[in-house]
Amino acid sequence: MNTPNDSMPTPSARASATPPAVAPGSAPAPGARRTRRRWRAVAGTAVAAGMIAVSGCAGPAATGTSIDYWLWESLQLPGYQACADAFQEENPDIQIRITQYGWGDYWQKLTAGLVAGAGPDVFTDHLTKYPEFVTRDVILPLDDFAATADFDPTGFQEGLADLWVGQDGKQYGMPKDFDTIALFYDNAMLEEAGMTPEDLEGLTWNPEDGGTFEEVIAHLSIDANGVRGDEEGFDPNNVEVYGLASGGSGGGGHGQTQWSWLAGATGWEYTNADVWGDEYNYDDPRLQATLEWYFGLVDKGFLPSFERVGTSPNPAQQLGSGQAALSPDGSWTIASYGRLEGIDLGIASVPSGPIGHPVSMYNGLGDSISAQTDTPEEAAEWVAFLGSDACQVLIGQEGVVFPARPAGTQAAIDAFNERGVDVTPFTNLVENDYTVLFPVTTNGADVLSILNPVMDGIYIGSREVSSLTEVNAEINSLLE
Amino acid sequence: MAITSPGVAHSAPNGRTSVDARRRRPDDTKLALLFILPAVIGLVVFYFWPLARGIWLSFTSWDLLSPSQLIGFANYQRMFADPVFWNAVQVTLWYVVLNIGIQTIVALVIAVLMQRLTQSTFVRSLILAPFLVSNVVAALVFFWILDFQLGIGNQMLEWIGLDRIGFFTSEEWAIPTIALVNVWRHMGYTALLIFAGLQAIPANLYEAARVDGASETRMFTGITLPLLRPILGLVLIISVIGSFQVFDTVSVTTGGGPVNASRVLQVYIYENAFAQFDFGYASALSVAMLAILVVVTFFQYRITRAGQTDLN
Repeated sequence: MNTPNDSMPTPSARASATPPAVAPGSAPAPGARRTRRRWRAVAGTAVAAGMIAVSGCAGPAATGTSIDYWLWESLQLPGYQACADAFQEENPDIQIRITQYGWGDYWQKLTAGLVAGAGPDVFTDHLTKYPEFVTRDVILPLDDFAATADFDPTGFQEGLADLWVGQDGKQYGMPKDFDTIALFYDNAMLEEAGMTPEDLEGLTWNPEDGGTFEEVIAHLSIDANGVRGDEEGFDPNNVEVYGLASGGSGGGGHGQTQWSWLAGATGWEYTNADVWGDEYNYDDPRLQATLEWYFGLVDKGFLPSFERVGTSPNPAQQLGSGQAALSPDGSWTIASYGRLEGIDLGIASVPSGPIGHPVSMYNGLGDSISAQTDTPEEAAEWVAFLGSDACQVLIGQEGVVFPARPAGTQAAIDAFNERGVDVTPFTNLVENDYTVLFPVTTNGADVLSILNPVMDGIYIGSREVSSLTEVNAEINSLLE
Repeated sequence: MAITSPGVAHSAPNGRTSVDARRRRPDDTKLALLFILPAVIGLVVFYFWPLARGIWLSFTSWDLLSPSQLIGFANYQRMFADPVFWNAVQVTLWYVVLNIGIQTIVALVIAVLMQRLTQSTFVRSLILAPFLVSNVVAALVFFWILDFQLGIGNQMLEWIGLDRIGFFTSEEWAIPTIALVNVWRHMGYTALLIFAGLQAIPANLYEAARVDGASETRMFTGITLPLLRPILGLVLIISVIGSFQVFDTVSVTTGGGPVNASRVLQVYIYENAFAQFDFGYASALSVAMLAILVVVTFFQYRITRAGQTDLN
């Protein structure tokens, strides 16, 4: 969805940026506006294309030692501002200017900025995006600069640094944080169901009968007559409380919060290699059985239908309004769930699967250096600082995300603990190496644009899970 | 006023003025060109150049970040073999038929009511109110009203004993809902255009008909509709072009989903250009849209004979 609100940094985020966020100049309108009575809008795309080429972001060029740094998460802005202040104290000759855009606008502004030669020097990067930046020579390898040449992948949580190694073996991103999936729930709702948080520990799941996990979500589902999902006479077409909250079909992000943890627990992996696979595995029977079970929950009345949640589902809201009992979601949403009113929040691990233990998707963000920067050495110094214990502990103390360095992760765990939130269901999986990696391949955007409508169709029920075999072939033909 | 000066000169009693006028005429052309120049520059820079560039881009492969490459007709070949494109054409046509069909009938009724029933400027201007709401706001408001769970619209359906409807979340309802939201927003404006046309029909025709004992319906079919034809034709051409370009309502509400149910051409173009940065292919799709509009408008113009009037 492209709501205009996406583009607005939250007021708090704005206020907390000590130097005013750099205005991006006259960036092009994100979409061709519909103007009735005008022929010229016919060529809307062409016009917009032309505009991007000529205007783009006209931020002041980085002269001397001023580094532009972009990120998208407004909740993280205070932490990174603190990092920038600490960095500037050590390096008084380098000034860091932080700009934050909402996720939706971020990539458009970034692309426009890169085209116009007015992008940031350093920016927060995502695993679905950076492969294309590498193939188009838009970002620089960290290996090439003094400050980051001695990059040590072992200084980070295991595996995170590898995600940012390009096909040429060079390091294209400094790991900044990681995220995993767990189940959020409301203690009061458990109590009502005669359950305790202990009942959510050690759950098992399999794609055939759903295991004890399905028993739990069945018990937590309640229909309009107050009948629970595991009781006689439960009406799946008239449900008041769903056992599982819905984050949509997951087609737009490889089911990261929706079903990646289920599919992963069957031993399934996205591609034929940890990183840079050239074949996706959406034709795997284990994945298809998982999706069959997961989307089959709609008919059982344990998961809200597509019709109900629409194209912009909000699982936190479903939990907060008492419409769902368990909400699988990412660690980056802990703060959002913490702010839900009238909820006695608890977090449980995702269930263990046929391979004998729970699995979460393991995704991480990184910081990359733009190839357009005039001051790559200084940019690398900033990136090195972003990847240091000093900065990542500062970020961890904010209690928003899990920084990539173990010391930073610990700081975040402590910060969450202080607020009374036990986040070990998120971190345990990483410690035990029970993770499946986010797929890093070329053509990330194209793959998702094919996958998204298909997954929506499966969720709605107008498409068979088995049709993914054909779709997988189509996706793989893109990667050849 | 350079244009009217020859006429003024002609009416002067002095015999020499016509010679002067003849001598001055070349100056007028230059002056006129000078006056037209800003508009021409605007047209060339903001219309012809982007149009030409867009058409040229449709023969290239360009992702913004690396230089564009000429690839001939490959984008067009891909387009003709692209099921999503054909689906988008179908979805767009379905939208246009619903949107224009309902909108024109409703607007016509409103316009006739405005003319025959009320003289009040206040009531007449009220009808235009929805048009003053921005498209995005109108779409968002209806998005909330018709929300499956929280929307008051669905609440009301339940009160009168009907099942809830996934207006924006089911494949069958997405396009009709979006079409009706836009009917609501644009019907007042369309009615106003038609109303202006109605004002141009001489009142004595109605008087004569009334003397002959014609009913209100007879007058509508016998006088109003035939004499309104050129205006109606114009309104249709304008609103059909606008309707084909539907984008914001879809983008704000369904984003093209569920599945591809509301993925209209403009949305598909936008996604290719700004989500996948495939500007070459997006340009080819835009050219296809241009071609469709040219053809549709040409036939509309011919069929409605919008250039001629039956008043004389």
